[in-house]
Amino acid sequence: MSDAIVRVSDLTKTYAGGLTALRSVSLDIRQGEILALLGPNGAGKTTLISAICGLVTPSSGTVTIGGHDILRDYRAARSLVGLVPQEINLEPFEKVITTVRFSRGLFGKPQNDDHVERVLRQLSLWDKRDTQTKELSGGMKRRVLIAKALSHEPRVLFLDEPTAGVDVELRRDMWDTVRELKALGVTIILTTHYIEEAEELADRIGIIADGEIKLVEDKRALMHRMGQKRLVIELSEPLDTIPEPLAPHGLRLAEGGHALVYTYDKTAGRTGIRRLMVDLEAQDIALSDVRTEESTLEEIFVDLVRKDAA
Amino acid sequence: MNLRATWAIYKFEMARTFRTLLQSVVSPVLSTSLYFVVFGAAIGSRIDEVEGVSYGAFIVPGLIMLSVVVQSVSNAAFGIYFPKFIGTIYELLSAPASFLEITAGYVLAAATKSLAIGIIILVTAFFFVDLTILHPFWMLTFLVLTCFSFSLLGFIVGIWARNFEQLQLVPLLLVTPLIFLGGAFYSVSMLPPVWQTITLFNPVVYLVSGFRWSFFGMADVAIGWSVLAILGFTGLCIAIIGVIFRTGWRIRA
Repeated sequence: MSDAIVRVSDLTKTYAGGLTALRSVSLDIRQGEILALLGPNGAGKTTLISAICGLVTPSSGTVTIGGHDILRDYRAARSLVGLVPQEINLEPFEKVITTVRFSRGLFGKPQNDDHVERVLRQLSLWDKRDTQTKELSGGMKRRVLIAKALSHEPRVLFLDEPTAGVDVELRRDMWDTVRELKALGVTIILTTHYIEEAEELADRIGIIADGEIKLVEDKRALMHRMGQKRLVIELSEPLDTIPEPLAPHGLRLAEGGHALVYTYDKTAGRTGIRRLMVDLEAQDIALSDVRTEESTLEEIFVDLVRKDAA
Repeated sequence: MNLRATWAIYKFEMARTFRTLLQSVVSPVLSTSLYFVVFGAAIGSRIDEVEGVSYGAFIVPGLIMLSVVVQSVSNAAFGIYFPKFIGTIYELLSAPASFLEITAGYVLAAATKSLAIGIIILVTAFFFVDLTILHPFWMLTFLVLTCFSFSLLGFIVGIWARNFEQLQLVPLLLVTPLIFLGGAFYSVSMLPPVWQTITLFNPVVYLVSGFRWSFFGMADVAIGWSVLAILGFTGLCIAIIGVIFRTGWRIRA
């Protein structure tokens, strides 16, 4: 892919203790996309990000950012990257604006108060610019971390579990922020173990487990490809058992006998719905309502990880 | 070169110094003044001159060295240990800056602070004793080099330390004894012959001796050795820091 801004090839990381956190991971991250890396705790999400950003030395394999190798050409590579760590790591006694300016200087950019102001305003931190970071709430602190990462105008932003331990409202705010950043053309890689978050934000989803990338796919294609649909048929009269002639449809009784659930693959040529309807009619079963449900990413994810464990 | 990174770190560290002015500048000056009162005035009045210099004046270079060395080590150690402790080191490791640029920021800030303390103590000393400085240029050179080299040592200590106890360990258990036994309060020639030889293995002897020479023109060891010793020590510290960053020892997994 020519539009990859980050290219990870055969990246392996074995820690000194012997734990292999990444096993030959290869991944292309496209310019301008939001890629969500989804995986259970300990899957290797943070190690992958840490290796790309220079916090962890890879055991083998290569990473390039904007075509620059992260080891040989680390200055050029790292200038393009902003990192928002999972833990809230902030100098507690420093003012918000000072710590953001510091980050900009650290990344070798000349002082630019207009840019710093823009970033702080965008993250609703401008009013808090002279507050010591220890005075801020958890959500504000996380936004300061984002402001620091954006202070040097990176082209790629890594968000390591940006909404871990954040309440629902704040999570929504964070999602809005991420979308705004994408609109500005920033490529975003976020790790999460909230499937909802990936579903909400991502263009593509990578699933990582046991240090391996299980798959990377366009979110819609993934959900479509793996998506099973369910047809829930609500009955006028409850049933105790499923009548014998309906057995071939693989129905399931639900809601205390008040509903029948039919599972089908919407990508298959024949869904079997018409035949089911005909059979129901033949059994003289009256319907009060019909609705369909789609698999969530969560179900897909659990399915994948479970299949892998088996 | 990313000198902006060095400058950013330097400014950040200096801001921390000013935020904590009381404990970082006032307390070392106060404790040194106590030494002047106790050793210079109270005890010193009962001690004869040392090689033609009054005891009160004689201990001034040693006292400045004591403060400057301890302050350099603990400041630089704390400067780099704190980001490790609170986790902000992630930013240093992910920044497009070399080890030299990062180290320079922390070490120069720590050295600036201890230089300022050294100068304040020197000025204070004029209030307590009669003092002349024979070689002001060399005095300043020794002072600057000492601040710099022991800030480098402190930086290594800060990276090595895994907790606050270890952070205190080196200044308290290593640096302070070396200075007390390095001739801060006495001339090496006052020691029995065996100890005169043993003491030559203490690097601080060369520092104190050279520094005292710049004040009074008298030295325990030849001035050339003092210069060589401090330059060698500086080089050694830089080499160790280079290895630390190349291997990522205790900072990068």
